Amino acid sequence: MNDSQPTLSVQNLETHFFTKEGVAKAVNGVSFDIAKGEIMGLVGESGSGKSVTGFSIIGLVDPPGEVVGGKVLFNGEDLVQAGEERMRQLRGNRVAMIFQDPMMTLNPVLRVDTQMIETVLAHDKSVSKDEARQRSRDALGQVGIPSPDERLKAYPHQFSGGMRQRVAIAIALLNKPDVIIADEPTTALDVTIQGQILYEAQKLCRETGTALIWITHDLAVVAGLADRISVMYAGRVVEQGKLDDVLDHPVHPYTVGLLGSVPGHNTRGQRLFQIPGMTPSLLKLPPGCAFQERCPRVDGACEADPGITHPVDGRNVRCFHPHLEEAAQ
Amino acid sequence: MTVFIIRRLMQSVLVVFVMSFLVFGGVNLVGDPVEMMVSDEADQEERERVIRSMGLDKPWYVQYGLFVANAAQGDLGKSFVYGEQALGIIVQRMPATFELALAALLMAIVIGIPLGVYSGLNSESRFSKVIMAGSILGFSLPTFWVGLMFIMVFAVMLGWLPSTGRGETVELLGINVSFLTTNGLSHLILPAVNLALFKISLVIRLARAGTREIVHMDFIKFARAKGLSTQRVIMVHLMKNIMIPVVTVLGLEFGGLIAFSVVTETVFAWPGMGKLIIDSIQGLDRPVIVAYLMIIVLVFVVINLVVDVLYSILDPRVRIQDVKG
Repeated sequence: MNDSQPTLSVQNLETHFFTKEGVAKAVNGVSFDIAKGEIMGLVGESGSGKSVTGFSIIGLVDPPGEVVGGKVLFNGEDLVQAGEERMRQLRGNRVAMIFQDPMMTLNPVLRVDTQMIETVLAHDKSVSKDEARQRSRDALGQVGIPSPDERLKAYPHQFSGGMRQRVAIAIALLNKPDVIIADEPTTALDVTIQGQILYEAQKLCRETGTALIWITHDLAVVAGLADRISVMYAGRVVEQGKLDDVLDHPVHPYTVGLLGSVPGHNTRGQRLFQIPGMTPSLLKLPPGCAFQERCPRVDGACEADPGITHPVDGRNVRCFHPHLEEAAQ
Repeated sequence: MTVFIIRRLMQSVLVVFVMSFLVFGGVNLVGDPVEMMVSDEADQEERERVIRSMGLDKPWYVQYGLFVANAAQGDLGKSFVYGEQALGIIVQRMPATFELALAALLMAIVIGIPLGVYSGLNSESRFSKVIMAGSILGFSLPTFWVGLMFIMVFAVMLGWLPSTGRGETVELLGINVSFLTTNGLSHLILPAVNLALFKISLVIRLARAGTREIVHMDFIKFARAKGLSTQRVIMVHLMKNIMIPVVTVLGLEFGGLIAFSVVTETVFAWPGMGKLIIDSIQGLDRPVIVAYLMIIVLVFVVINLVVDVLYSILDPRVRIQDVKG
């Protein structure tokens, strides 16, 4: 990372859900920085808090969820403290988001042009409608939608899933944001379309200098896309570092298990590795490390809270017993 | 769209035809109008003269054939009681009922939708619970009782509003209307509110259910993620979606408002079609009953058509299916 101020700096973010059964700590002290034009993969299994982290950043956590602590510094401005109107100005303008299910993100009863033009006009009243339409047209072209002029007049149901996700990405790009949070945007798409969208996303970030947070549970997606990777487990980032370093030499036992369970060329015919047990309920996390019940390296020390350590250069890890032997090789 | 409307019109003709048979047959099964028409002292000869004059001596299928043939020329028979064209009598009363029904419909929309959306967005708030309790009352209190209570409170005890009739009317496009004069408007308020109460409750429930469903949809969150103002998210993104079921149900309910404003019109002595039909049923005035029912059938058919067209305007997904079909 360079010395300049990161575009987005999330520090000790805590988002809790106050349910009838108790407080679910969905995001429990998450920290990461993203520089201009950087792509970070936020990886974790379902319920690890990666989506909630995304929504917490742009202030769209619905009750009973609430951001209860930490900072989200966007170009130095703390978004956790920002008022609703300030957040509205930033959303879709400086910080955009793309959702998981393209079939559900576009309003079925409004034309695509309506949904695009309003995004431009919401942030810049001085733009004329024609200009806004022109920008929408360009954005559709940018994400590879053929004959954008005609497509602007269409309704969402006239698009395929992949095309709808492109429209959603085009909407996110409309105001040339500094950060895009992509919440599993390719999960609902087939592999060919997924490949195309990943390619476009990467290209756009490199060209425009937009920082991208790519939330996914699919390691293969991140492997081909990201610069850095943060692995989340039970509301915490357990390991964070450069993509290749983490994938080649994971040090947190959870990351090791996760990567070990990916089928590869030399595992044909063998049983895949499986992490024993299940994700703990966020309502009753064990004291200390959340992974201790499933960890092969667990001992008494794990009952204390593992702080962030840097057992390897440029790597943030929350573990008392990291796999340093492999990393050192 | 044109093909769709033509196809629907052809279906409508069939519906009207079948209904005419049912209505005509049904009315002929109840009571003997001759008993109501001739005096008790009349002799057999006198009775038969009356029967012949009303055409009741012919077999039922001949009567029906004559009825259809005449109806095709716009003649639905003469009222036994008034001796005038049944259609004319009803058309004369129609504006009063339509005015009342439209006023009630307007109230249902203007009051029901905002309250329903508010209650859907803030379902835990105290005011929302008051709205829901109110809508239960609106549903379950009988219209005639509420009408009587209105009269007692607002007309008798407080003396704020008149309780009977239409008041002053002015002519608008050849139709007499009450709502353009202050006096007429004051006459309209109580019966319209009375008639609207049930519909307001219905719209509140529909709008609330729709809001609660739509507000959790991804596209609403996405609209917020685009940085749209709350106002635009609710007024455009949410509203356009919840209007689809509301329009469907209200369209059908509007037919119901016209057809079944009987109770309200009777309580408030509102000179509309509902009052006329009650009088006609009591007097066994067959041509008026038949003509009234036929008009109601037509009203329903037309409203259904309008609702279908509106529906396709609101929901683009319906429009496409139409093109394919």
